[in-house]
Amino acid sequence: MHIVVCVKQVPDTKIIKINPKTNTLDRRSAPAILNPYDAHAVQEAVKIREITGGTISVLSMGPPQATEIIRKSVEIGADRGYLISDRAFAGADTLATSYALSKALEKINNEHPVDMIICGKHAIDGDTGQVGPGIARRMDIPPITNVIEVSEVNQKENTVLIKRKLTNGYELIQSNLPCLLTVEKEINDIDYSPMPNMIKAARYEPIIWAVSDFENVDRSQMGLKGSPTIVGKMFTPPRPEGGKRLDGTTDEQVKQLMELLMEKKDLLTIQSAK
Amino acid sequence: MSEKFDVIVVGAGPAGSACALTCAKNGLNVLLIERGEYPGAKNVMGGVLYRKQMEELVPEFWKEAPLERPVIEQRFWMMDKESVVQFGYKGLEWGMEPYNNFTVLRAQFDQWFAKKAVEAGALLINETVVTECIVENGKVVGIRTDRPNGEVYADVVVLADGVNSLLSKQLGFHKEFRPDEVALTVMEVINLPKEKINDRFNLEDNQGCTIEIFGDSTKGNLGTAFVYTNKESLNIGVGTTLSSMIKAKIKPYELLDYLKTHPMVKPMLAGGESAEYLAHLIPEGGYRSVPKVAGNGVIVVGDAAQLVNAIHREGSNMAMSSGKMAAEAVVKAHKSGDFSESSLNSYREALNSSFIMKDLEKYKDAAHTFEKYPQYFNEYVPMMNKAMSKFFTVDGTPKREKQKQIMKSVTSERGTIRVLQDIYRAWKAVK
Repeated sequence: MHIVVCVKQVPDTKIIKINPKTNTLDRRSAPAILNPYDAHAVQEAVKIREITGGTISVLSMGPPQATEIIRKSVEIGADRGYLISDRAFAGADTLATSYALSKALEKINNEHPVDMIICGKHAIDGDTGQVGPGIARRMDIPPITNVIEVSEVNQKENTVLIKRKLTNGYELIQSNLPCLLTVEKEINDIDYSPMPNMIKAARYEPIIWAVSDFENVDRSQMGLKGSPTIVGKMFTPPRPEGGKRLDGTTDEQVKQLMELLMEKKDLLTIQSAK
Repeated sequence: MSEKFDVIVVGAGPAGSACALTCAKNGLNVLLIERGEYPGAKNVMGGVLYRKQMEELVPEFWKEAPLERPVIEQRFWMMDKESVVQFGYKGLEWGMEPYNNFTVLRAQFDQWFAKKAVEAGALLINETVVTECIVENGKVVGIRTDRPNGEVYADVVVLADGVNSLLSKQLGFHKEFRPDEVALTVMEVINLPKEKINDRFNLEDNQGCTIEIFGDSTKGNLGTAFVYTNKESLNIGVGTTLSSMIKAKIKPYELLDYLKTHPMVKPMLAGGESAEYLAHLIPEGGYRSVPKVAGNGVIVVGDAAQLVNAIHREGSNMAMSSGKMAAEAVVKAHKSGDFSESSLNSYREALNSSFIMKDLEKYKDAAHTFEKYPQYFNEYVPMMNKAMSKFFTVDGTPKREKQKQIMKSVTSERGTIRVLQDIYRAWKAVK
């Protein structure tokens, strides 16, 4: 079993400041971290490997500093990491990113056939959730999004049983391997990495590829040139409104509360169906 | 099978990184373990970094390290409730190579310093707490961490685990420190535009100023307050010994609020935005509190060894020097293959013959004297203020008469004999 996990280095959006004039992210104001959804993706690969055995590779596109998140993935349990880093990739949107990553995946697949690709649901800096499905489309394998459980991996039949989160419930589906999963955070809890992983990660040097390492690439599909996305506007969403205070006698408050609950009962049903 | 290193350094502060860097440069296989998310994440200091000891580790570090401003002016304030007596020194030579000292923000500086150790070949592991030393046959042979399969072995373990040093306490090197042996300091980083800082402190862009404040800054307790200029922020803080806080029943954050709203201080901070709030213990026991620093397979450095000169606010430089000396002892032990206490004691000897123990010895009674006799802070500072006010107020009194009145008020408040005693005692404590 060879699982490749795609990971991205992102600014920690919990801390990041937004320039109030330009509405753009001030990237210097926050440390770069492994996208939290991707950390869960690596952890899920580790869980699968515990059962099936095999190898976990991680793949990232980014500047040389992205080595840090590959090391972080090795801490969680990845066996090796690939970083594609080249000025030609700079300015890529989700279309160009999925093209570049799929070229790297082809190369990895040629060297060591890939059985499964796992991505995070989306990156916390862009929130698009498009790169995972984009890769699946380019590799011509099934994309399975919003995964909350890998219920079974059948190596004999070459299939997986997957639980997907839907807006009002979940879906259990079977897919052939290889396929691509994008995972939700609730799929697992990230383990506290064992000490040998930490030492291995501190020493680890990833395999770094530039565009020239790929064969048959179309440079016009890469970087800024290959990115048709235009950012129309950026804005800070309004602060969520605070709670509502109910006044009056206890009976009046209970009555008001019941009315409110009845108004929102649709929301409550969805929550309980999960 | 757990790995074995030549040396494991616990704690990536100035002492730990200095030790790891020196060991790695000498070709040793080094593991540096930090409990914070990154080196510096948990470290606090007022903010003055001395050039000399740092330069011995990384020559011309000022060309690449994340520093704030070279300090060209040091001011000292004896502050009363509505007045202050000031003296200080400003010299442009401190603003040029090789500089004297710098203000720094530790969260940035410590990351950079640890990276130098990594570049030299040390392995750095963050977010990992060392819970104990592994002791076999009376020898420290490794460490246990809070991670699964958390044991790692080494010929020598260097404890740079900071002021509380639970690890050296576990080994019986010291008892729980007494409240009079540690100071509690609270500080804030206050963002302020560069232009305002330059105007308020009479500085150019690449010039810094430090102010040490005695007297009412601690409400007359044993301790000091400080204001240091960074590029675009101020570090303001105050600390007293824990015992003074307990005795006077003051809360550290109240002390900082009091300082920030003091009429002598408030205008300096006006318009600033509080960016960070930090608090930390400082080992201030001095000479007599320095514990055992070398054992079989183990060495203690920096704050963990209580190496702080509170009188001169020196600590990080002593930490770095002690880390370097420890590394030299480890390298020597590595060559001879002897990691026993008697071999590693060459570190203690190096400490003793360096400025570290000599300076601590010089001031061995200072803290105790000032703690025992609080009049230096709560009586003499107000007296000095009154005297200066009187002396400089032009009210038609002849100057000779004024001098007489001042002397009389001093001796009548404390009594001639006690004044002489106080002078003698203070002189003895710092001579």
